[in-house]
Amino acid sequence: MQHKDSVPISRRMSLWEYANPKKFMQVSGAALPWVGGLAALCLAVGLIWGFFFTPDDFRQGSTVKIIYIHVPAALMGINAWLMMLVTSLIWLVRRHHVSALAAKAAAPVGLVMTVIALATGAIWGQPMWGTWWAWDPRLTSFLILGLFYLGYIALWAAIDNPDTAADLTSVLCLVGSVFALLSRYAVLFWNQGLHQGASLTVTQDNPISDIYYWPLITSISGFVLLFLTLVLVRTRTEIRRRRLQALLNRERMA
Amino acid sequence: MIALLRRDMAVATRAGGGFGLGLAFFLVVVVLVPLSVGPDTAVLSRIAPGILWLGALLACLLSLDRIFALDFEDGSLDLLATAPLPLEGAVAVKAFAHWLTTGLPLTLMAPVLGVLLNLPVPGYRWLLASLLLGTSALSVIGAFGAALTVGLRRGGLLLSLLVLPLYVPTLIFGAEVARRGAEGMPVATPLALLAGISLGCAALMPFAAAAALRVNLR
Repeated sequence: MQHKDSVPISRRMSLWEYANPKKFMQVSGAALPWVGGLAALCLAVGLIWGFFFTPDDFRQGSTVKIIYIHVPAALMGINAWLMMLVTSLIWLVRRHHVSALAAKAAAPVGLVMTVIALATGAIWGQPMWGTWWAWDPRLTSFLILGLFYLGYIALWAAIDNPDTAADLTSVLCLVGSVFALLSRYAVLFWNQGLHQGASLTVTQDNPISDIYYWPLITSISGFVLLFLTLVLVRTRTEIRRRRLQALLNRERMA
Repeated sequence: MIALLRRDMAVATRAGGGFGLGLAFFLVVVVLVPLSVGPDTAVLSRIAPGILWLGALLACLLSLDRIFALDFEDGSLDLLATAPLPLEGAVAVKAFAHWLTTGLPLTLMAPVLGVLLNLPVPGYRWLLASLLLGTSALSVIGAFGAALTVGLRRGGLLLSLLVLPLYVPTLIFGAEVARRGAEGMPVATPLALLAGISLGCAALMPFAAAAALRVNLR
């Protein structure tokens, strides 16, 4: 192969360079303060803007402001699982350890986001719907997503050998994704079957006015960056733990 | 494959195989329900399809860890993995054996227990049909969960945590068929969806389970 051709190829492959733990640690270490700072900035701006500088909704009053936490948390609860799905696939196909560790690191964050979404939803639902909880399709499928997170985390915790754990949790993540999707549609079917046209509509589906839109977008960006920060920190911790384990093993062998 | 099926059936039905335990558990659960919600026949006949489905599901869950655990302990699973029969095929056969020894008896027993819960008369047919279809999906999904947790010392609780969320679609459609049947409504849609889930699971889950087994046998 000529030298001229080899440059763009190596550039094209550059994403996989971060699969090298050393490279990943360098880059993530350098990027972390920036990502974290930006997350804090976006969250601060989005939440303060949303809470103090937007008018109350004419029907919902000031409870509408919970939207700045509820919607981003719900988004991240789903996207964290999607990220785990992608990283699990990368681990199964290309055997990059960083990828498996990133999936492991993302799961508790995703679970917390799911719980935040459910909890803020309950707090919002109480004054609006008159109930903390209803077996609405969205709520139910989110609860089921939370159960999938629990199983995934429990499986990671139960297996001693890290590679076996990574393999099995990846398989579970793939199968779980299919079943989570199936459950989503099954729940839609089930609820219509029970209530014959749900009386509760989730207000976030309605188009919202610009006054709420921009702070919401800022807040969502803040949550995305926050998620990124937490996953980076947790992945770095996992890598360090692996290194520590390797050192201990080496010491025992010596 | 037939030999493996016969062997698994023999192991499951002999003394110590726990063949009757699932059925007894099903009976006890169904007996406990009226004790907890009260003997009002109107309430009982309303919730009967759901209770029978839930009871069958839990009884099925009880015996899942036996699918692979015993073979894993005495090493015959290693032999199965190196046998000319593909591991996917072995998994499918073992799941089928599990269904024959658990799902099928549970299905046949459900109408008897339906009497205890005042299940409306038109419901029996559809309860039988939905359980017959649905328990096969429960067995295959359960085989996947058992394959994931086969190497663990205390996998029982973890197995339920992993498998129960996977059971959600099957339970929803299965119980829906039974409920609609009991209320005399058309059941074609949920029945078709339930059949789709069962066939899809039977076709695809052995591959996932075999992948998990290979990891555990490494």
